[in-house]
Amino acid sequence: MIRLERRKEPSTFWRVANPFLAVILTMLAGGMMFVALGKDPVTAIRLIFFDPIFSAQFGSYSRPQLLIKSAPLILIAVGLAIGFKANIWNIGAEGQYIMGALFGAGVALAFFPLQGWYIFPLMILAGAFGGFLWAMIPAILKTRFNTNEILVSLLLVYVAERILAAMALGLMRNPDQPGFPGSRDLRRYESAHNAELIAGTGLHWGVVAALVAVIFAYVMMTRHMLGFHVRLAGQAPRAARFAGVAPARLVVICLGIAGALAGLAGMFEVSGPGGQVRIEFAVGYGFTAIIVAFLGRLHPIGIVLAGLLLGLTYIGGELAQMMLGLPSASIQVFQGMLLFFLLALDFQTNYRIRLREEVRR
Amino acid sequence: MKRRTLLTAAALSLALGAPASADDPVKAGFIYIGPVGDFGWTAGHDRARREMQEHFGDALETSIVENVDYGADAERVMSQMALSGTDVIFAASFGYGPDVNTVAGRFPDVAFQHATGYIQDHPNVSLYDARFYEGRAVLGHIAGNMTETNTIGYIASFPIPAVIMGINSAYLHAKAVNPDVNFRIIWTFSWFDPALEADAAETLIEQGADVIMQHTDSTAAVRVAEDAGVMAFGQASNMVDFGPNAHLTAIVDRWAPYYIERVQAVMDGTWEAETAWLGLADGIIEMAPWNDRIPEELQAEADALVAAIASGEYHPFTGPINRQDGTPWLAEGEVAQDSELLTMDFYVEGITQDLPN
Repeated sequence: MIRLERRKEPSTFWRVANPFLAVILTMLAGGMMFVALGKDPVTAIRLIFFDPIFSAQFGSYSRPQLLIKSAPLILIAVGLAIGFKANIWNIGAEGQYIMGALFGAGVALAFFPLQGWYIFPLMILAGAFGGFLWAMIPAILKTRFNTNEILVSLLLVYVAERILAAMALGLMRNPDQPGFPGSRDLRRYESAHNAELIAGTGLHWGVVAALVAVIFAYVMMTRHMLGFHVRLAGQAPRAARFAGVAPARLVVICLGIAGALAGLAGMFEVSGPGGQVRIEFAVGYGFTAIIVAFLGRLHPIGIVLAGLLLGLTYIGGELAQMMLGLPSASIQVFQGMLLFFLLALDFQTNYRIRLREEVRR
Repeated sequence: MKRRTLLTAAALSLALGAPASADDPVKAGFIYIGPVGDFGWTAGHDRARREMQEHFGDALETSIVENVDYGADAERVMSQMALSGTDVIFAASFGYGPDVNTVAGRFPDVAFQHATGYIQDHPNVSLYDARFYEGRAVLGHIAGNMTETNTIGYIASFPIPAVIMGINSAYLHAKAVNPDVNFRIIWTFSWFDPALEADAAETLIEQGADVIMQHTDSTAAVRVAEDAGVMAFGQASNMVDFGPNAHLTAIVDRWAPYYIERVQAVMDGTWEAETAWLGLADGIIEMAPWNDRIPEELQAEADALVAAIASGEYHPFTGPINRQDGTPWLAEGEVAQDSELLTMDFYVEGITQDLPN
């Protein structure tokens, strides 16, 4: 007889061990899938997990790419995790990411072709502000009218996508290229270009910002009163009220931080790796970051590891497609397995499996 | 190590114009915006890739990466292809333009073939495209004859010249046979999104459209049309299996002859950047078999139109044609220049909706 017993305290051991176990299980199950597809599983898993970092042929190129792919995920996920801890569910980071990019690019395009050291800092401020502003819509609607922030923030993603399309086709369109959507290439505008800080490393300002955000979040969540309030509100809302936590203020702060960080990520992307405002600019970083936040157990350090891991599976997945001819859907399934196993294993963080029922009379 | 020597050898052969040795297969990489199983645009390119693979056998190695987004992802995939010793990269979507040129600048020894693009910053970037507007003219002619509600629904992807050109061509030829015809256009801002395309098709049918045209890559619209009992055209591939009654015909892309020619040039060391815009005459596009529900006289007319366009006797953009705002564009008998078509950013007179901007 199998019986489930709720643990008195969530198990710290399993909380740390589960992500690693999930990776191993994913490799096993994914390996079986690759066998079923007629490919060598060892090669496939090597291509996905090891070659992007260690291969002599690709490593020097993919290692920097790992930073470029993971930095926006980490930057967004760190902000989201703070809110998730307090049970504030911002699902619309993709929209805040887009608005940050538009505000940042808007500043750059307004100054073009002027050169000046102050342009990039202004873009950073504008990017953070754009994301912040977009996150304030669900925040204020929630605190004022008690609307559901999940729905409002999510639906605002589609509004942001339409604004992005309108900008790429109208106001921000490159006047030198009539007939084609898309803004000027910010990488060709020196003052606005989020270039690599050290050539060939992939290290751009967005990576620096992600690191700063991780440290900031870590200190805030462990050392600062606000972090305590966030955790308290998430775990025991009633107790939080007695402790003097104003729920409305917390909603504004949590959504505001997440929005600003997502906006920054968008701004660093549009001025660097993305290069220009185009209709297809948003490729889902804001949604993938939700997975990263949970994969990283909502902990800043965990999020860094999760962001790097997911980035790795993207880059390695492309290599596996290219070198082995695996279909991209199988890579998506592989990534899905990772999350699936993690969530399934999480069960034993809170529950214990008893094999025999103790006889109690 | 072996790959590196291979890369150098390929680079040398390109630079010196010497044929690559028969022992080293030439490597061709393909990046796709959608999945190879879209049964439309990407399927068309992959069909050509496989045909080419068969043609060259062991002399050629091909690799693909599907579902690659524009921007940093495309840049990374193409860079990794170049690093793995790929000699020629086919980037099969319009939006890869900036990314192709960024990577081409970094790998001057790799040949780049960008489908439907317009940016050519480096001497190793070739552009190639098909004159889809020729096929659209045939679709418009059939649609204008077949519609009973005089409303034709059009699912459009991005407002770029290629798509606008297609709408104009279809409209002009529908209007020519049916002066009461009306076009309803929905923009999806995506090339491949089956759910969105199905929604668009349903909306168009609710608005009275009984013929659906699409410039998006999935089969969703054809299936919706089949279920609703209206008519539709496939896109890029023959989609008749998804709507045996609805599917009137399709513009079928046949890139294989062009791909074979270009890869042969890489093998011979004679590859040079070019801009190719091929049409019905070159066999790069062809019409899928007419559905039996198209009356025989109309089938004959459509055949004649295809023949006239292919022989160069008739150009689908022949004046008099006015712009949407009523200003004259082409005078009586005047034929549009390619340069005008490739930058087309206006609707022709008679289309009632506005271009999104």
